[in-house]
Amino acid sequence: MKVLVPVKRVIDFNIKPRVKADGTGVETAGVKMSMNPFDEIAVEEAVRLKEKGIATEIVAVSIGVQQAQDTLRTALAMGADRAILVLTDVAVEPLGVAKVLKALVAKESPDLVILGKQAIDDDMNATGQMLAGLLGWAQGTFASKVEIADGRAVVTREIDGGLETVSLALPAIVTADLRLNEPRYASLPNIMKARKKPMETVAPGDLGVDVTPRLTIVSVAEPPARKAGVKVESAADLVARLRNEAKVI
Amino acid sequence: MTVLVLLDHEAGAIRQASRSAVTAALALGDVHALVTGDAAVAAAAARIPGIAQVLRATDAGSAHDLAEPLAALVASLAGEYSHIVAASGATAKNVLPRAAALLDVQPIPDVVSVVDAETFVRPIYAGSALATVRSSDAKKVLTVRASNFDPAPAEGGSAAVRDVTAPEAPAVSEFVSIERSKSERPELDSARVIVSGGRGMQNEENFKRLEPLADRLGAAIGASRAAVDAGFVPNDYQVGQTGKIVAPELYIAVGISGAIQHLAGMKDSKVIVAINKDPEAPIFQVADYGLVGDLFEVLPQLEAALDKAG
Repeated sequence: MKVLVPVKRVIDFNIKPRVKADGTGVETAGVKMSMNPFDEIAVEEAVRLKEKGIATEIVAVSIGVQQAQDTLRTALAMGADRAILVLTDVAVEPLGVAKVLKALVAKESPDLVILGKQAIDDDMNATGQMLAGLLGWAQGTFASKVEIADGRAVVTREIDGGLETVSLALPAIVTADLRLNEPRYASLPNIMKARKKPMETVAPGDLGVDVTPRLTIVSVAEPPARKAGVKVESAADLVARLRNEAKVI
Repeated sequence: MTVLVLLDHEAGAIRQASRSAVTAALALGDVHALVTGDAAVAAAAARIPGIAQVLRATDAGSAHDLAEPLAALVASLAGEYSHIVAASGATAKNVLPRAAALLDVQPIPDVVSVVDAETFVRPIYAGSALATVRSSDAKKVLTVRASNFDPAPAEGGSAAVRDVTAPEAPAVSEFVSIERSKSERPELDSARVIVSGGRGMQNEENFKRLEPLADRLGAAIGASRAAVDAGFVPNDYQVGQTGKIVAPELYIAVGISGAIQHLAGMKDSKVIVAINKDPEAPIFQVADYGLVGDLFEVLPQLEAALDKAG
């Protein structure tokens, strides 16, 4: 079984993003970039499927600038077999990403595509669902457990108010939630080995896909800051202030 | 312009978050509502003032809110609508992007403010920035943050109900089971008061020590990602960037340090109280009232003070 895993290069989750002074976006120049944390979980899940003998090949894909190669090398060091970089300077939206991935699915014929449920930069939470829609495939989103057997994927999903389990015909789309697994750190020997693994570069145009954004960014602004309040001395003081000052109890 | 709102329901009632989505939709035009579930749910939808017509999905796949048939249904109905709207929540996040793909539309998730019919404000980077975006798509597909829109009333309307069914398609997915977290407490997304615990609660047993305080205040109980990851409470307690986004009147954070991902989920609360033994914890930077101390000592004192205040 072949597994396709798309990964995105984003501002490292430990870095506090800064809005550019001209209000056109968030500063990324000179900022530490890493693989989107949810995508690490997706890669890990694919690698575990391979270790169990269920997956036979893992193909990592990233769409973005040249430096997205680093993100793909991380995926290769974690255990992906080869990588495809779809090179573009455009900040491709989920719809465009889903179209690019659809074209790659046609070329690669995977049985499963595992994606992170959302990217921590644009917080869209859309690409997996959109790819599933374009392909007409089943989708198991926000997965906290995935079992593959008898040509189906049984996926436990984190939903409002609990957990839902669905059974999907393969090929299918799974999007990873936080508790699906804990991603491994790549070992130094595996990082060295990853350098020799194949990486192919294509352009969205080569795939016949138009990735022109549909959303125009009018402005990006800092949210209104919340001021720190006061420190209270005791529980009794707190209750008195909540009652008399804030009037919320 | 007419807007289609996908309503989410629970126990025969329309969720409060969905009634907030109705308010957002009314700012854009006339409102039709799409519901799944039984006739009682459709009747509840019909009583929401402002809804002109209720469409009730009657096919089996839609009954479990499976994304594949429901998205196909939404896409098949989209022709007559300018916007398709739902409250941000697990169902809408599962279904609407898929429907948007079928319509060749880039969805706009988590809208916090409607500027005009094609311009919307949404948080990015866990709320570290607010992006104003304008859509060039012929139809707009959006989810809205319920905490930013007042819920429409539950009663007072009398819309007509008509049945609709998803287009015929091979069933690629099946519902297997659902495991609901049992709770007698208010839901996180509609509670007036929330008491949340973090890593500082130490373990599952100690986490329960928030219950008397929550009982006393009629509060919902939430948690930080750290507390959920550590297994103190189920996943649906999580407040934050990837969990629930809440904005209650009063949010009491107990033993929560205040990672940016957690703040993203609660910083719009009206009044924030933080109880933490670390005076440098970032949660104090957003708290209106901070109490530095050992939460296991503070909690009983707080309950006693509430009892005394009556």
